[in-house]
Amino acid sequence: MKSLILPAVTAATLGLSFQPALADEAGEAAMAARHGEMSLMAHALGILGGMAKGQVEYEKIKAEAAAETLYVVSSIDQHLLWPEGSEAGALDGSRAKAEIWTNMDDFTAKWNSLHTATEAMKTAAGESQQAIGAAMGAVGGACSACHKAYRTPAS
Amino acid sequence: MERILRVLVVLALVGAAAFWYLTRPIGLDGESVAAIDALTPDVAHGETMFWAGGCASCHAAPGATGDDMLVLSGGDSLASPFGTFYAPNISQDPTHGIGDWSVIDLANALTHGIGPDGTHFYPAFPYTSYVHLERQDIVDLNAFLKTLPADSTPSKAHDVPFPFTIRRGIGLWDRLFLTPDWVMTGDLSPELERGRYLVEGAGHCGECHTPRNAIGGLDRNRWLAGAANPSGEGTVPGLTPDKLDWSAQDIAYYLETGFTPDFDSAGGHMANVVSNMAHLPPEDRAAIAAYIKALPASGS
Repeated sequence: MKSLILPAVTAATLGLSFQPALADEAGEAAMAARHGEMSLMAHALGILGGMAKGQVEYEKIKAEAAAETLYVVSSIDQHLLWPEGSEAGALDGSRAKAEIWTNMDDFTAKWNSLHTATEAMKTAAGESQQAIGAAMGAVGGACSACHKAYRTPAS
Repeated sequence: MERILRVLVVLALVGAAAFWYLTRPIGLDGESVAAIDALTPDVAHGETMFWAGGCASCHAAPGATGDDMLVLSGGDSLASPFGTFYAPNISQDPTHGIGDWSVIDLANALTHGIGPDGTHFYPAFPYTSYVHLERQDIVDLNAFLKTLPADSTPSKAHDVPFPFTIRRGIGLWDRLFLTPDWVMTGDLSPELERGRYLVEGAGHCGECHTPRNAIGGLDRNRWLAGAANPSGEGTVPGLTPDKLDWSAQDIAYYLETGFTPDFDSAGGHMANVVSNMAHLPPEDRAAIAAYIKALPASGS
């Protein structure tokens, strides 16, 4: 009997001590995936923005590929990427405000409005440098609307 | 003993009279009133001033977007070391808003920080920046505000502890910190002058980007050098060349779209500023950028 208790207690103790670590790992993996989404979009926006600013010459193929990236990334279902406990303060490197989890509907609506803006960008990207410039405002507005409500300031 | 008491009473009365005199509301003089009354408003330009001044950022309901930005029912909160201030209703409602204000009332509020009854406003309302506004721009802004809807939401009382509840005291503060003098001086190009007007005046950038002293006055020696966020959450970045290395084009583009040179995007209160600045003509955003690029290093 005694020989059974010890391993059981040990297992329970280990289990307890592993539990938070596992949650952290899952949270960190989700956060890394979120940051990956943002990096992909920043890269694509850099290509479109460079053209919009006139720093880079307009190239239809590149512009369309960049706009497609924005469109596809913003179509990713977000619900796997925001596990509870992955907010700023709980997780190093996270700037996600806790309000995300209390306003998930609004948060999702803001993500979807980004997708709408990228649809317009897809059209613009096939047209001209000027059209891209005009479409950047709505994309930027969608980014800012969510960052304003749900991202903590950079420290 | 009675004599000492009598002297003390007299001294107290003299002190009170001096306080009353020094803190009295000072409004526009007769000449300014006549000059303003003689101007003809341009409503369309008034809308540009509305966005340049960032009125909606604080006076629209928190979280408002699109046309709701034009419903100035108030309610946004500004936390500070002196308490929390709530932006009042400045819609056209005659009771809860400013529907019964004259253009002179608006001018006194914007440039002297006082209400129609002589009440001092708290400097959470950036009249120390709006003091630079041109008379014509105030007249135009007034005409535009008159076109906006009335809303009967009552203004929320400020959450401010004693002694800051004594508004007369702000009269003393104004004597120290309310000045029509520009920070950037010298022989400026027309573009820089326009940029200075938008940054130091209407856009009131210094209110957040310049550090404040112990009694809440802006430290003009560290103009736009970055500051603690009065809400306690993070910091407001510096715009001086030792703090910000963006090109003029980067700055103008950020004000138009919210995108940084790395294509991160504006968040926090700055997201509001960008959505205001996006309404300005491109030359104005370029003028702001030129002004920022002309700032000296802060040395701190």
